[in-house]
Amino acid sequence: MESKPLTLKILDVVAILVLIAATYMALNAPTERVMGEVQKVFYFHIGTAWTALLGFILAGLFSVVYLVTKDLKWDRYQVAAIEVSLVFFLITIVLGSIWARPAWNTWWTWDPRLTTAAVTELIYVAYFMLRQGIDDPDRRARFGAVYALVGGLSAPITFFAIRLFRTIHPVVIGGSNAEAEGGFSMSADMRTAFFFALFAFTIIFIDLFWNRIRLGDLQDKVEQLKLKVTM
Amino acid sequence: MTDPFETVIEETTGRAKVSTRPRATFFKAVSAVVWKDLQAEFRSRELFSAMLVFSLLIILIFNFALELDIKTRQSVTAGVLWATFAFAGTLGLNRSMAIEKDRGCMDGLLLAPVDRSAIYFGKVISNLAFMLIVELIVLPVYSVLYNTNLFQPGLLLVILLGSIGYVGVGTLLSAMAVQTRTRDILLPILLFPVVIPVLLAAVKASSGFLTGADISEVMLPINLLIAYDIIFIAVAFMVFDSVVEE
Repeated sequence: MESKPLTLKILDVVAILVLIAATYMALNAPTERVMGEVQKVFYFHIGTAWTALLGFILAGLFSVVYLVTKDLKWDRYQVAAIEVSLVFFLITIVLGSIWARPAWNTWWTWDPRLTTAAVTELIYVAYFMLRQGIDDPDRRARFGAVYALVGGLSAPITFFAIRLFRTIHPVVIGGSNAEAEGGFSMSADMRTAFFFALFAFTIIFIDLFWNRIRLGDLQDKVEQLKLKVTM
Repeated sequence: MTDPFETVIEETTGRAKVSTRPRATFFKAVSAVVWKDLQAEFRSRELFSAMLVFSLLIILIFNFALELDIKTRQSVTAGVLWATFAFAGTLGLNRSMAIEKDRGCMDGLLLAPVDRSAIYFGKVISNLAFMLIVELIVLPVYSVLYNTNLFQPGLLLVILLGSIGYVGVGTLLSAMAVQTRTRDILLPILLFPVVIPVLLAAVKASSGFLTGADISEVMLPINLLIAYDIIFIAVAFMVFDSVVEE
C-alpha cells in the first residue's frame, strides 16, 4: 500500500493551523455593535457556505465530465466533493440558526436562502440514498452523475422561485436589501478576519477533498483485490 | 402467450426502417411507446384506478387534517390540489416504470433499433396522459365537494404546465429508481426535492387564478414553469441514454 503523499501530509498540518488561526482572528475581531458576540458566527458561516457551494458546483461539473468520458475517476471526485460539501453545508445551516435565534428571534424561517439550503441538503442526501441502492459501480456512477446534474440545476431554480416571495436574509457583501434584518457593515479588522476565514475554509476543503479522493481510490483498490481473491 | 406490445413496436420499427425520413421514424417510435402504454393501461386499468382512488383519499385526508371550511378553503385549495397531484403522480410514475422492469419489457424496448430518447418521450407522454386524466376527474369532484369552480382556463393551463415539468423529471428519475434495490421507496425521495420549483410556481399561479389576482402577478410563476419544463426536458433528453444503458 502506498503511503500518503508528502504534499497531502503538509496540507493536513496547514489546514489545522489555518483553522486555529481563523478561529483566533474571528474571536479577536471587533465585536459588532448591535448583535454582539453572536455575530462572530458569521466568519465561519460564510466560510463553510462558500466552500460547500464550491463543492456542489464542482460536483455538477464532474457529472458532465463523467457522462462524457465515462472514466470512474470523475465519479470518485464527485462523491468526494459532495460528501465534504454536504457536511460543510450542514455546518453552515447550524451556524446560521445559532445566529438567527438572537438576530431574528427564531431558529428558522422560510426565507429563500434557508429554504434553498434545506432543499439542497435533501437533494444530496437523496443522492447518497440513490447510490446506496446500486451495487454495480458503473451504473452507480452513471445514476449518481445524472442525479447530481438534475439536482445541481434544480437548486438554483428553487432559489429564484422562492425569491418571488420576500427575503429577510441580510446581504453583507455586494448589494443591500431594505427588508433584511441583521445586516451590518464590516470594519477593516473584521474584513481581514472574514477574508482569512474564507481562505482558511478553502484550504480545509481542499485538504478534506483530497483525502476523500484518496480514500475513494483505496476503496476501489480493495474492491478490485477482493474480486481477484474470490475469482 | 405472445406479447401484444412487442409486436406493436416491431411493426412500427419495421415500417420505420423502410421510411427514409429519420424524423418520421422518431415520431413513429414515440407514438408506438405511447400507444403500447395506453393500450396496456386500457386493458388492466390498474395504474389509473390506483392513482384516482389514492388522490380521492388524499383529498379526504386533507379535509380532516385542515378542516376545510369556507374560510380556509379559499387559501389552501391550490396547495391541496398540488399536494394531491404530486403524491398520486409518484404512484403512477413508479408503477409505469416498474411494469417495464418486472416483465422484462424494458429490455425489449431497448433492443428496438430506435433512438433511446424516443422511449423517454413516449413514456413522458403516456405518464402525462394518465396524470391529466386523473387530474381531470379530481377537479370536478373537488369542485362539487367543496362548492368551488375549478374549471377556469388559466388554472387548466397551470395544471398542464406543472404536470409536464413534474412528469418530465419524474420519468427520468423513476427510470433510475426502479433499477435500485430500494426502488419502492426511492422515487419520492429523489423526485420531491428536485420538483420543488414546479410545485412552488404551480401553487402560486393556481392560487392567483383562484383568487382572481392580477394577470401580471400570475405571469411570473407561469414563465418559471415554462422555463423549468424546457430546461429539464432538455436535460432528461440528453442524459436518458446513460440511465437505461446496460
